[in-house]
Amino acid sequence: MSEKSPPPLRELFMGFLSVGMFGFGGVLPWTRRMIVEKRQWLSAGEFTDMLALCQFLPGPNVINLSGALGYRWYGWAGAITCFTGLMFAPMVIIIGLGMLYARIGGNPSVQHAFAGLSAAASAMVIATALKIAAPLLKRPYALVIVAITFVAAAILRVPLLYVVLTCAPLSILLLDRMEK
Amino acid sequence: MSLFPINPDLIDLATIYAQLSLLAFGGGNSILPEMQRQIVDVHHWMTAREFVSLYAIAQAAPGPNMLVATLIGWQVAGLSGALVATFAISWPSSLLTIAVSSIWFRFREARWRRLVQTGIVPVTVGLVMAGAALLTYTTASSWGLLGLTAVATIVFMRTKLHPLIVLAIATALGASGWLS
Repeated sequence: MSEKSPPPLRELFMGFLSVGMFGFGGVLPWTRRMIVEKRQWLSAGEFTDMLALCQFLPGPNVINLSGALGYRWYGWAGAITCFTGLMFAPMVIIIGLGMLYARIGGNPSVQHAFAGLSAAASAMVIATALKIAAPLLKRPYALVIVAITFVAAAILRVPLLYVVLTCAPLSILLLDRMEK
Repeated sequence: MSLFPINPDLIDLATIYAQLSLLAFGGGNSILPEMQRQIVDVHHWMTAREFVSLYAIAQAAPGPNMLVATLIGWQVAGLSGALVATFAISWPSSLLTIAVSSIWFRFREARWRRLVQTGIVPVTVGLVMAGAALLTYTTASSWGLLGLTAVATIVFMRTKLHPLIVLAIATALGASGWLS
């Protein structure tokens, strides 16, 4: 795709390792900065196009991106290198935190602290939901789909497979109709 | 004695997370309701409160937010559970991304590509809202904690304060015991 020679495997590993280690509060901005600005593996346009694919397809976006980027340059070796670089440090850290939680989680004052942390974690998801919902206000029919999906998933607790298989085609058809 | 020497929980973890990987439209947050349904309601591996605590730890740790899968895998079946859950949430969608990426760039201007991309958004929003509601339902066990969630949401929406700072303050407020 690009004419530049691909970065060496070691550099791919180190780049994604840095994203994994420092990517607090969502890794996407860090990934973009590392790939486009700091190491210039891709142009801004190439990165956006690749990200659009990862957002279009299901799955954790940045993990998909790391695999696809590595594969593009070095095949399976590249995909595995980027994935391992991205996940290694966070996995070690999170398992450490999990062990700590298992050890001290029963302590009442630790439970109070966790109640506070969890309340803020809920807020993070609410804020994300509101941010991605804001552009939909221009398309009221989209809000009907939002409502149906919400009721199915949160209140009726319908399995996700059925929610997606019903709501996604419905939403796409509706969009197609409304645009004509 | 089971016929196979493999821990059956590992097979369940692999099945659940592989399915979630392929259904996570719009990234990790959209599968929160289904993850909670499977882990808490279907398999009874932990209570809703424990699930939320693990989710909160994953938010406070660096790396992709899907590391909650690693942590839940660890909690359910130790190190092998952590590895199985991480690979299962990551690789099905990554393989799909790699497979589709060569075709993808050919359809840059196609109308269907934009229709599907835009059409899926309301479903994602509905699912993230459902995840937010389920989390808050569990974490807001007192008026104080509900208030903390509300204030933190406004801070996340309106300020550029680093999420980690907000999480740290919320943890400290929780530890003080005033909110519970």
